[in-house]
Amino acid sequence: MKGRLDEATIALRAAREFADGSVVNLGYGMPGLCAGFIPEDKTVFFQSENGVLGYGSLASDAEKDYELINASDQPVTPAPGMCFFDSAASFDMIRGGHIDTVVLGAYQVSERGDLANWGRPGRLATGMGGGMDLAAGARRVIVTMLHTTKEGQPRIVRECTFPLTARRCVSLVVTDLAVIEVTAEGLVLKETAPGWTVREIQDLTEPELQPAPDLKEIEL
Amino acid sequence: MTLNKVFKSCREAVADVFDGATVMVGGFGSFGGLPVNLIVALAEQGAKELTVIANMGGVGFELTRRIKPGGYQDLGILFENGQVKKFIGSVPALGGMPPDSPIERLQREGKVEIETVPQGTLAERIRCGAGGLGGFYTPVGVGTVVEEGKERKVIGGREYILEMPLTADFALIKAHKADTLGNLVYRRTARCFNPVMATAAKVTIVEVDRIVPAGELDPEVIVTPHVYVTRIVEAPR
Repeated sequence: MKGRLDEATIALRAAREFADGSVVNLGYGMPGLCAGFIPEDKTVFFQSENGVLGYGSLASDAEKDYELINASDQPVTPAPGMCFFDSAASFDMIRGGHIDTVVLGAYQVSERGDLANWGRPGRLATGMGGGMDLAAGARRVIVTMLHTTKEGQPRIVRECTFPLTARRCVSLVVTDLAVIEVTAEGLVLKETAPGWTVREIQDLTEPELQPAPDLKEIEL
Repeated sequence: MTLNKVFKSCREAVADVFDGATVMVGGFGSFGGLPVNLIVALAEQGAKELTVIANMGGVGFELTRRIKPGGYQDLGILFENGQVKKFIGSVPALGGMPPDSPIERLQREGKVEIETVPQGTLAERIRCGAGGLGGFYTPVGVGTVVEEGKERKVIGGREYILEMPLTADFALIKAHKADTLGNLVYRRTARCFNPVMATAAKVTIVEVDRIVPAGELDPEVIVTPHVYVTRIVEAPR
């Protein structure tokens, strides 16, 4: 059946990218849902820029402790081996290349992997938080986003028109329609949402997409 | 030794914050590490024309009810009161909230200046100021608006920009426990910006859940050494 993936399914697909034993930071909003999709046989250490490595999952109402939160201000659960540190140490970890994967939301991604994810016209006071540090410092940047704006305009564009977070930083984009890899030769369409053709996805994407030789539907 | 850092109330502890002072405020977002009692005391004290350095601008009491029924205070109260001339931080206003936070309203009216700084750069600028350094080169912000007006330098084939140190007249800090000398330990993610800001101000004022006699805290787990701490107040949650 043809449809757009919901946010949880986008997060589920992104979470499949995490290697066993890797250190992962989840950005504000949709990326946070990835924490709920780690299979039992895989260990992932979640780092959050407010100073925690190795927390569990989002806390239930009964478990809530507002002195154990992630960077989206959501209470999380403790996990064995969890550790705490201050903001300066946290960003040493981030800038120093000790985060394997970061998942960030985006307003726009360009065909070269430029990322715009913190400011939009008319909202000049919204800040970048730790987004610029994560985009510049993480070994691999995955973006989860909706493929188009509410008005149906592409968010994957030739040049970002929104304020940039970092240039040439995005490796993989997971949307409600597709999984797209950013390569030196351009954007490669790796997977499509069930029922969608390459042509239909291309029509909603500004730069040219090159279908991968092993192009397939996203497994749900 | 007549040194006494223990103050009876937050009101007394912030009494000498002067108009035009630069004030660092610890914490991260709206809860977990925010020195809320000191913030409310500063709002009551009324010092104006402040430069506030904090990670987040706060959403203000009205908007907090969207997050927690009943609402709660955060840094927004200083903006609501018109006490802030300039804000330096990484998230002045939350993009996921309506554009009605006090800081965003004031910015639209041209009544507050905002310097937006990447979060890690904010932490490092404070550490730099605390440690007596003149600045540092970072790759964060290269090719973005953050780079405007800053020196760019290629080091080992990578591009960096020069960022300058930050210090303050006062730092408002939240810790878990202090001993009577002012040694501090923190609790869980309430640590965040507190330890680095505690080291970068002329006067560091700390609210804690509990004050214990000197010698009671394990020296191996003290995070902030007492030399940085000027005043402590017991202000349990």
